[in-house]
Amino acid sequence: MSQDQTPPLTVASHDEVKEIHFDGEMEDRIKNILGRYSETQAALLPVLWACQERWGWISAGIMEAIAERLALSPAFVESVVTFYTMFRSRPPGRFHLQVCTTLSCRLCGAGPVIDELKRTLGIDFGETTPDGRFTLSDVKCLGVCGEGPVIQINDDYYTRLNTEELGRLLDEFK
Amino acid sequence: MMKPLLLRARGERNSRSLTTYLRFGGYGAVKKALIMDARDVIKEIKASGLRGRSGAGVPTGLKWGCVPKASGKPKYLICNADESEPGTFKDREIIRVDPHLLLEGMIIAAYAIDAHKAYIYIRGEFFHEAQMLEHAIGEAYRKKYLGKNILRTGFDLDIYVHRGAGAQICSEETALIESIEGRRGQPRLKPPFPAMAGLFGCPTIVNNVETLACLPHILENGADWFASIGTQESTGTKLFSVSGHVESPGVYEVPLGTTFREIIEDHCGGIPNGRELKAFIPGGSSAPVLTAAEIDTPACFDAVAKAGSTLGSGGLIVMDETVDMVWVLENLLEFYAHESCGQCTPCREGSAWALNILRRIRCNQGCPEDLETLCRIADFACRGMTICPLGDAFCEPIRSFLDRFGGEFRAAVTSGNPPRVVKAPILPTRRDQSMFAKPGTESC
Ligand code: FES
Repeated sequence: MSQDQTPPLTVASHDEVKEIHFDGEMEDRIKNILGRYSETQAALLPVLWACQERWGWISAGIMEAIAERLALSPAFVESVVTFYTMFRSRPPGRFHLQVCTTLSCRLCGAGPVIDELKRTLGIDFGETTPDGRFTLSDVKCLGVCGEGPVIQINDDYYTRLNTEELGRLLDEFK
Repeated sequence: MMKPLLLRARGERNSRSLTTYLRFGGYGAVKKALIMDARDVIKEIKASGLRGRSGAGVPTGLKWGCVPKASGKPKYLICNADESEPGTFKDREIIRVDPHLLLEGMIIAAYAIDAHKAYIYIRGEFFHEAQMLEHAIGEAYRKKYLGKNILRTGFDLDIYVHRGAGAQICSEETALIESIEGRRGQPRLKPPFPAMAGLFGCPTIVNNVETLACLPHILENGADWFASIGTQESTGTKLFSVSGHVESPGVYEVPLGTTFREIIEDHCGGIPNGRELKAFIPGGSSAPVLTAAEIDTPACFDAVAKAGSTLGSGGLIVMDETVDMVWVLENLLEFYAHESCGQCTPCREGSAWALNILRRIRCNQGCPEDLETLCRIADFACRGMTICPLGDAFCEPIRSFLDRFGGEFRAAVTSGNPPRVVKAPILPTRRDQSMFAKPGTESC
């Protein structure tokens, strides 16, 4: 993209829009996904997942590439990415800690765990540690309310936490 | 205590594998069903009295019956595994314990409505559960329980897993369909109901995981046997996900009609630390709260409705005497304000506005008029004012909390703090972050 053009996507306008090309492996995955639906657009969520798995987040460049591949507009792809909280339009830290702040977990003592988490990491919700290791987010019910308090670290759940457990857990990821 | 049906394999080694499932007589019901006439399958399910386990309690057979026979369009079956109402975690248990039971149920349902493609919409956070399903589907394909010409009966079915990506609203069936179609998960106006025009504009049936998991048992043992479990209008067993202040939280399977006292005291070991029960939410966070006095209510659709709540998804949240109900309502509203899809003004603004008021009250800056405003919001944003039931979902808690624990709220707004000078309600916008500023103290 030439310098004087305004970046087409608002979310990632601060990030450089890097051109992304899907390689053979990605193409295969997309073809496989497309085979499951009778309409191309239905492949959008699975393809976004595939991209997030590969690149860790959905950059503006990725959105454009997907839009092109699935014959959608980049704005439409962006509208979908921003609707779903699990798609990241910013690069996250290496470990994404998502802690449940909803009722059942709070009843079982998520409050102190959250305070401790913020204190040890020195960051608040929505922030990443300066070394790029941890990103902390608050999420709503993770669907394991019987085992609260719970934290999701990348794809895994860690349940029945208390402040000591938490210390041990964070050490593992140090 | 009755032997579990849906969770019969819990505690078995390799409970998820096809071998274990076959040892339990698995896929026997499919063999039976696929040689029956599809209409007879529907009749059987109708006779069993099975009602949907996702919230509304719609009779499953009735729902299936709405699919037009000769629309000339393909039909779709969707399994709703987007379990995301706070307090509900039963579907995850079924998937973790016995994914083949779900698959078998799906084959039966697909056969009954003549669908040849089915999707399992699973919430994005359940990454491992999605993999378990993929694995089970792979096993089933290899043994010819899925794919072309299933068990040489000429019936074809493909099942795909479709992962959501973190939007609670997608557990609403039309939002879920939008989401599969690759759009933002915003519910559609009904009618047309999905049974007439759903996925890709084709007739679609959306059933909950637990509902589908009941089907093999019904086909295997007969409608009468199933109808003999539970109560007359709520047949079968039901999974209750119990969380909050109980000795052993978890998923429990009991016949419908078991009282909440039995569930809380006998199955879950009662309230820990010698405390007293204060309140419980019987059916997931959107169900009206009940007080300790109502603990002897039988857990079945009609009795809970009579008590003024709903059985919903069976997400039982238990609270002991130490819990501050104002704080609970604030927490629930945080959820709804966050999850509103933003389409309908009453829900989008109402939930955020109510939350704003609750935050103010919790910062000791409430005034008696605030309670009046809360009531008005709750009366306004529900019953048909919004496209989907999420409007009602946040109004019901407000109304029931004020109804049953009004004293606590009144005390909170008249707690002797200097009266607020400006008390004109201000409509917050979702962009206005300052409106969402959290109160200083944040622990429970
Ligand atoms: S409330 Fe935390 S997982 Fe449901």
